[in-house]
Amino acid sequence: MSKSKKMTLSKKQNLTGWVFLAPGAFLIFIMSFVPMFRALLLSFKSGIGANMKWSGISNYVRMFQDTVFVQSIKNTFFYLIIQVPVMLILALILASILNNKDLRFKGLFRTMIFLPCATSLVAYAIIFRSLFANNGLVNLLLVNLGILDQPYAFLTNTTSARIVIIIALLWRWTGYNMVFYLSGLQNIEYSVYEAAKIDGASAVQSFFKITVPLLKPTILLTAIMSTNGTLQLFDESVNLTSGGPANTSITMSHYIYDMSFKYVPNFGYAAAMSFLILVLVAVLAFLQMKVGDKRD
Amino acid sequence: MYVFLCIVSFISVFPLYWMVSAATNKSADVISGRLIPGGYFMENLNNLLAAQNIGRAFGNSFKYAAILTIVSLLVSSLAGYGFEIFHDKGKDLLMSIILLAMMVPFVATMIPLFQMCSKAGWLNTTIGFILPTISTPFLIMMFRQSARSFPHDIMEAARIDGLSEIRIFFQMFIPTMRSTYAAAMTITFMNAWNSYLWPKVIMTDSTSQTMPMVVANLTEGYVTDYGMLMLAVLICTLPTAVVFFCLQNAFAEGITGAVK
Repeated sequence: MSKSKKMTLSKKQNLTGWVFLAPGAFLIFIMSFVPMFRALLLSFKSGIGANMKWSGISNYVRMFQDTVFVQSIKNTFFYLIIQVPVMLILALILASILNNKDLRFKGLFRTMIFLPCATSLVAYAIIFRSLFANNGLVNLLLVNLGILDQPYAFLTNTTSARIVIIIALLWRWTGYNMVFYLSGLQNIEYSVYEAAKIDGASAVQSFFKITVPLLKPTILLTAIMSTNGTLQLFDESVNLTSGGPANTSITMSHYIYDMSFKYVPNFGYAAAMSFLILVLVAVLAFLQMKVGDKRD
Repeated sequence: MYVFLCIVSFISVFPLYWMVSAATNKSADVISGRLIPGGYFMENLNNLLAAQNIGRAFGNSFKYAAILTIVSLLVSSLAGYGFEIFHDKGKDLLMSIILLAMMVPFVATMIPLFQMCSKAGWLNTTIGFILPTISTPFLIMMFRQSARSFPHDIMEAARIDGLSEIRIFFQMFIPTMRSTYAAAMTITFMNAWNSYLWPKVIMTDSTSQTMPMVVANLTEGYVTDYGMLMLAVLICTLPTAVVFFCLQNAFAEGITGAVK
């Protein structure tokens, strides 16, 4: 008899659990998975506004013939390949320096390096746009120091526009990733480093032999997050370079936005392009997890 | 080592310092490279108020972000608590499906979400702003992680004393997990305040525009008034900076929980 009573109690608790998690889980299904499938359906339709017709894979064919979109893929990957590794390595180095027990003003340095995270994406994009403008502070400095004869149009030259975006991204996100590494490092006993030091390991050696292997799960997490974020870059492309010059710094999300809401809305085509981002995110996350596992 | 740290810190802080100093200077002085704060703050403020309805945008942003933060913390922590405290095979499986949603990029759901909101008449409304991000896999995961450290025997004792499950959550879990809530609040408020793409999509009416949207509008003219622009950027940064300074330690602690 007591057994059956216990069963009902656990059943009741089980039900309570479902009630607790229902609103959150339901919202994620309705706001994430359902729109995702609707975007997939939409990507096989074409037309303007409400007049949508099935059109097979024509959107996907068009995508790879669209020079601007192909350019935006190249730009996004350019940012990804250069910015993410540089940022993560820099963040790791900073975190392992700041983890040093004997370091003075540790809290001050940490706060200062983390400070850029307090700015909004639009705000920092505009700050960097102003700093690198033709009459901005960077040009003023370079001309006064005699490095340049006349102001250089950073934002209207292809390569420099892309590099300014990368510099801005590094500025905004390095401290953020550093905090993740610092948190991860707290789980490593500091005595491990002291023992390594006694055994004659240099700082560089303990970085590669202790810090990197033990922080691997955190590194994997930050790598996946940054890749995900970079593939969806929007604010910087819009507010820093306006995608220019001639779309050579435009990101995929920026182009998709323009296609959907700025020009004559073409939701089918935009949905097809956004689905490519989804596939890219999934494939890259999968690859990173594979690589992350292998080194065990 | 100290030299390296000082250089990095300088680079991190300088653009922000420049923003503050430019906000108090005349545009011409900013262009000529003046780096010390000046006395042109009030003029910049008047120009800014004349150029854009900053007060309304600030109010809108604050309203959207505050409501989203409250609702999101409640829904996500309830879910995280439910997943951990009452966990069984079915719930664990559902949790891993929900974590997959983290991989779904926002642009891939943006168009159907826009269609849904426009059909339901939610364009230019708070509900339209908050709906897609009330419940996020990241926050659910964070609260699930922290619920793991919620002592089971205290809960059993409370149950024996006849406390209902919902009261255990509100009267015991929430007060115990204050630091997790603080971290979640920081993250949610900052993300909501800073969000740009989604408001740009659904806030089609100028009266419901958010602060970042209005600041971005300021750059559209041909000649830029740097003093006024940087003041707008400064005002846009202020709320997140305040939240950041108040809750910086809680944020780091919360991340530590998530990383573990």
